[in-house]
Amino acid sequence: MAVIIYTESEQGSFKKVAFEIASYGKALADQTNQKLIAVTFNQADSSELGNYGVDQVVNITGAFTESFSAKKYAAAIAQVTKQHESSLVVVSSSADSKYLAPLLAVKLSASYTSNVVALPESKEPLTLKRTCFTNKALSKVTSNQAVNIIGLSSNAFGIIETQTSPKQSEVTVDEVSSTMKISAVEKVTGTITIADADVVVSGGRGLKGPENWHLIEDLAATLGAATACSKPVSDMGWRPHSEHVGQTGKPVASNLYIAVGVSGAIQHLAGINASKVKVVINIDPEAPFFKAADYGIVGDAFEVLPKLIEKLKAFKAA
Amino acid sequence: MKILVCISNVPDTTSKINFVNSNTEFDTQGVQFIINPNDEFGLTRAIWMQQKQQAEVTVITVGDSSCEPTLRKCLAIGADKAIRIDAEPTDGFFVAKQIAEICKKESYDLIIAGRESIDHNGGMVPGLIAGMLDYEYITNCISLEIDNGQATASREIDGGKEVVTSEIPLVIGSQKGLVEESDLIIPNMRGIMQARKKPLEVMAPLDVSSASKTESFQKPAPKGEVKLIAPDDIDTLIDLLHNEAKVI
Repeated sequence: MAVIIYTESEQGSFKKVAFEIASYGKALADQTNQKLIAVTFNQADSSELGNYGVDQVVNITGAFTESFSAKKYAAAIAQVTKQHESSLVVVSSSADSKYLAPLLAVKLSASYTSNVVALPESKEPLTLKRTCFTNKALSKVTSNQAVNIIGLSSNAFGIIETQTSPKQSEVTVDEVSSTMKISAVEKVTGTITIADADVVVSGGRGLKGPENWHLIEDLAATLGAATACSKPVSDMGWRPHSEHVGQTGKPVASNLYIAVGVSGAIQHLAGINASKVKVVINIDPEAPFFKAADYGIVGDAFEVLPKLIEKLKAFKAA
Repeated sequence: MKILVCISNVPDTTSKINFVNSNTEFDTQGVQFIINPNDEFGLTRAIWMQQKQQAEVTVITVGDSSCEPTLRKCLAIGADKAIRIDAEPTDGFFVAKQIAEICKKESYDLIIAGRESIDHNGGMVPGLIAGMLDYEYITNCISLEIDNGQATASREIDGGKEVVTSEIPLVIGSQKGLVEESDLIIPNMRGIMQARKKPLEVMAPLDVSSASKTESFQKPAPKGEVKLIAPDDIDTLIDLLHNEAKVI
């Protein structure tokens, strides 16, 4: 018996979520007296997983592993899970993991619980705490199934180092057929994605127009942050949809979320609530965001931001 | 082409979230229910296919009779018929199983469901349906064209998008971007009148058990007061973020 985790990598490097999944998997394995097996795809070097408590790495190889396919990856993880007679699988909340988890649940006749924020409260029956109503509530869910897939919320558990020396084995699996083919991938390179970012800097209508976004970009660059925006900003076409965060946009679960000129509509706050520390800069002291934030500055963004960027640069340089 | 759009009846995005019955049930008092936004983007895309490609659009939901106004709204938007499976939607697995069984009989070419509902946020119904039927599946779908049985779709990925081709039958997890917010169809009087005459079939549920049970809800712990910093005192903000919050 073992806890199985899906540790995602891209172009030979593990994604940050892989280390959080491993940390959670290690705690879960300890809690249930099992070992921890990480499943990787086409990942030659997985020694890094030895920093987070992984006992064994099963690397799936074969031509299909060159690019992500939810259907093929789910079938492969299911095969490994069955081979090890595992009853607990942990995946992340990345776009790819959320894509494959339900397919994996069908393959394993498992229950899938997404947005889980903590270790199980009980093992029999498996009881999990998860967020719902877009972070406006939490719920306690019990499973009726023998096999369970836990989808861990991003940044909910954190990364915990535990040194191990995982042994790695290469495995080929029976590939399932699919008519789906990837014809193009458009990916912004060199910038940090909202999903991966420790810090997110977000702009709202208070910035008055897309021509002022260099302030948001400069602040983000100073902090190594991803840029985001409110719904009206993306609806007006000032910024691309991929930057829209909130209830109908992307969820944010960063360590630090800085909102500039964002009023803080209930739908926006729901989407960013999982962030640990929230800072708001807004000229309107009545903006609802001040009720949700940890730190706030009532002030004009056009005066505050240049000063903040300058001071942060000096702070980072020091 | 036959399209099925799965509809979740959810509290309006501005609703106050409260719970009753010892925190085991959502408090529906004073709450307005709407079509789950992710489902509505999918429904609108389906209606465009109906208008341009003569597709037949059926909407389906699992729920009691209180869901019917939401289904009637889907009909007023333009869906041809509606199905309500008369059961409490206890979990994503139960809902997916009910819908998958109907799909086996009706052989839809395209099944659309929102990538997640805004109430339970399970994010599993379209994927479970695809898995149960062994159909191709694309979630976080932000564009979709179907021509001669061949689908071309884009999926939003972390940091960009991916364009894929696939044969039908196909299951789509819809979201904003598949159509824009400004494309959403507001029913007109003619649509509302027609919707009253369109078929809304109520079906008994299959006898399947859920995979999980929501035992209770709780609201997040109330957060402390915001610490206000003067706009000319940026040093204090940086100090607090570094030494107190430890995030920079």
